[in-house]
Amino acid sequence: MSQAEGTTQTNEMEITFDSRSENEGFARVAVAAFLTQLDPLLEEISDVKTAVSEAVTNAVIHGYGGGEGKIRLSCRLEKEGRKIYIEVEDKGVGIEDVEKAREPMFTTRSELDRSGMGFAFMEAFMNEVEVESAPGKGTCVRMYKRFEEGSRISFEHTLMSKIHTLQCDTDNKEGTWTTQSL
Amino acid sequence: MQYQVEENCLTIFLPNEVDHHNAEDIRKEADKVIEQKHIRYVIFDFEGTNFMDSSGIGVIMGRYRRVYLLGGEVWAVHANERMKRILKMSGVTKIMQVFEEEKK
Repeated sequence: MSQAEGTTQTNEMEITFDSRSENEGFARVAVAAFLTQLDPLLEEISDVKTAVSEAVTNAVIHGYGGGEGKIRLSCRLEKEGRKIYIEVEDKGVGIEDVEKAREPMFTTRSELDRSGMGFAFMEAFMNEVEVESAPGKGTCVRMYKRFEEGSRISFEHTLMSKIHTLQCDTDNKEGTWTTQSL
Repeated sequence: MQYQVEENCLTIFLPNEVDHHNAEDIRKEADKVIEQKHIRYVIFDFEGTNFMDSSGIGVIMGRYRRVYLLGGEVWAVHANERMKRILKMSGVTKIMQVFEEEKK
């Protein structure tokens, strides 16, 4: 954010909290409260809350395996263009195969009743999701969402087409999880 | 967890927010009741629920697996539009009936 970009109004916040399941609710509510400056639709707030919840839960369960650690959450709002950038970072075990981890229905913790839908939800509710991770180094999830300006219809349309893609994915994999999980 | 048992049917009144934090309790308590009361049918009541992430989907799938083996079923009732969308997106509606509210 240089002076040259003076016309782009941005606002940032960053919090660090303990890796505890109690903080999942705190994290998503903090982001939702910060986000209200952009005057988003309720539906859009819910989308962001869900995505944040998924990323933080991943850090708690997978990153730190339920143990101790710190999670860093940072947000940047761009008022012009109505965008939010979110980063959720842990210094936990990291992910060996990011691509595999992002597949819908894939989970390493089925004994905990994890659905394996975490990344799929993040992708469905945000415009873009990027995962940087290395075993032993931790994981950083970066995602952004652009809020449509008074165009509820086009927003609904994007969401529905995403849902459609997701449904197709689950169709293909249905056999895998209904049989495997039983 | 708030719940009600009628014969072999367990109704779970889900909290306002279903995330990993409270999904753990629901999962454990529900399984205890399912086993002790020989439950076949599990109804997830979304009346008071406004937020659910994929942890909730895990809870539903897990209970389905348990009662399915006994010939049981899982249902969802009183889900608002957001919850219905989450359920549909996750594909869980393939194993669970979502009951629509009566039109008045």
